[in-house]
Amino acid sequence: MLKEATRESYGKALAEFAEKYDLYVLDADLSEATKTKIFAQKYPERFIDCGIAESNMVSVAAGLAASGKTVFASSFAMFLAGRAFEQVRNSIGYPHLNVKLGATHAGLSVGEDGATHQCNEDIALMRTIPGMVVLNPADPVEARLAVKAAIEHDGPVYLRFGRMPVEQILPDDYDFEIGKGVVLEDGTDVAIIATGLMVGEALKAAQALKQKSVNAAVINISSIKPLDKKLVLEYSIKCGALVTSEEHSVIGGLGSAVCEAVSEAAPCPVIRHGVEDMFGKSAAALKVLDYYKLNAEGIVQKALEAVSLKK
Amino acid sequence: MEDIQKIELKNIALKIRRDIIEQVYNAKSGHPGGSLSIADIITYLYFKEMNINPSNPKDPDRDRLVLSKGHSCPALYAALAEKGYFSTDILKTFRKLDSFLQGHPDMKNTPGVDMSSGSLGQGISAACGIALAGKLDKKNYRVYAILGDGEIEEGQVWEAFMFAAHYCLSNLCVIIDRNGLQIDGKCKDVMSSEPLEDKMQAFGFNVRVINAHDFDDIESAFDFAEKTTDKPTAIIANSIKGKGVSFMENVVSWHGTAPNDQQYEQAMSELKEVR
Repeated sequence: MLKEATRESYGKALAEFAEKYDLYVLDADLSEATKTKIFAQKYPERFIDCGIAESNMVSVAAGLAASGKTVFASSFAMFLAGRAFEQVRNSIGYPHLNVKLGATHAGLSVGEDGATHQCNEDIALMRTIPGMVVLNPADPVEARLAVKAAIEHDGPVYLRFGRMPVEQILPDDYDFEIGKGVVLEDGTDVAIIATGLMVGEALKAAQALKQKSVNAAVINISSIKPLDKKLVLEYSIKCGALVTSEEHSVIGGLGSAVCEAVSEAAPCPVIRHGVEDMFGKSAAALKVLDYYKLNAEGIVQKALEAVSLKK
Repeated sequence: MEDIQKIELKNIALKIRRDIIEQVYNAKSGHPGGSLSIADIITYLYFKEMNINPSNPKDPDRDRLVLSKGHSCPALYAALAEKGYFSTDILKTFRKLDSFLQGHPDMKNTPGVDMSSGSLGQGISAACGIALAGKLDKKNYRVYAILGDGEIEEGQVWEAFMFAAHYCLSNLCVIIDRNGLQIDGKCKDVMSSEPLEDKMQAFGFNVRVINAHDFDDIESAFDFAEKTTDKPTAIIANSIKGKGVSFMENVVSWHGTAPNDQQYEQAMSELKEVR
């Protein structure tokens, strides 16, 4: 099985699909880290380095898209969704231009660089922009497919990738579709709805819960917007308790999206597992994740809590 | 420029100024000052300079204009209507519900608008992207971006200027409407961007300083820009905010205020003949 960071899969996918699609890739002096360098080496004439100027890069991408091009603009999540939020909203979102935002180094797993670079707010920000698709792939297989889906989708897409190498958890022939969630493991007592890095941990948590006689379903939601409401509601009714799990603030991300969906149609207890309302810290990625309980153990705790709330 | 052509352009500019006042008066909101200051340049661009075809507004080979100081869109809308992109009757719907003439330009729904703009500093970056696309595709179109002298206080503008020079966007012509005023007062008191000529030169632009209300000056600047093949051009256009309406000229408060009935009558009476 493959083990690589989803940012690596992103760079490779750009280089792979550029053969078939006329892609242009922009970066802001981070191509080594975002892995767009893999594309740049193969297609230098279609790579534009914008220097350390993310706001300009995002609006330049809009101008290229307004001229008919399919454009990827890349930087760290912090600077793309964070610093350039208003450019994303007004230059790309409002005119609904065909720009894909390849945001790497999302979440706490940035590790040693610490709180200034650990973006736990990007999903919340991006999801509020009308017409924006928000994708947070779980593993290298899904990261590649998400890039392809983004290329084929006409309109803005925010893609979230990680720095830390992750195990392949999805089969090679996995089907990816924007707006579709996938049940990786079925269960009846509680459904763990996870995204990105936490999907692998959710699978481990489900195993651990079995030892405690709790039968947990695991759902991979990589398409946070549009959200697969039908599937979420189905499991809200079927299990009667949900846990959401994400490497992102518990405010505004997947947890919020799921709460919004169930509260309006099929309410049940929802426990949000993620980064509490606080900043990150410097340390090796796995140490930071453990410190914030972003691991299988953390999910197990939340799942038991959710089950105890059932009527 | 021949006199007959100059009179023709002056009369179009007069119509555009009247349309600006009509729009802002009807909407009871909008930005007359900075619209009037660019009326002559907009006129020259749409009626003399730009290679455009109102019956094919999305022509991939057309010249483009990005109104980076998007709040001055009454001037742009007037030019587009007078040019035939849509009926001049539609100008009455400016800033009203369900009109495509939004408070700031909306490329999705307005024929002839090449880029949505309005959040200051972003239009110039988009113009760079459009110019770069032209270079990549080996097309001959030119891109014009109109910025305000207040707008250039945005840091993103200077990121874009660096980008334009770095990528030798000689097909990009930046026009800075130097009317000297911004919402909080005179630019020199709020946040000075002077010496602007020196700054633009240092950022790698060809620079021309002109009188924004003199068609000979405007023509020679655009001819100069077109002949430049190695770098982008910046035209610093010294203008009068509110130009053409005596009581609006050089008055800060007319940045974003609509005239009342009496002020409207007076403005329209002043705009009856070529001044």
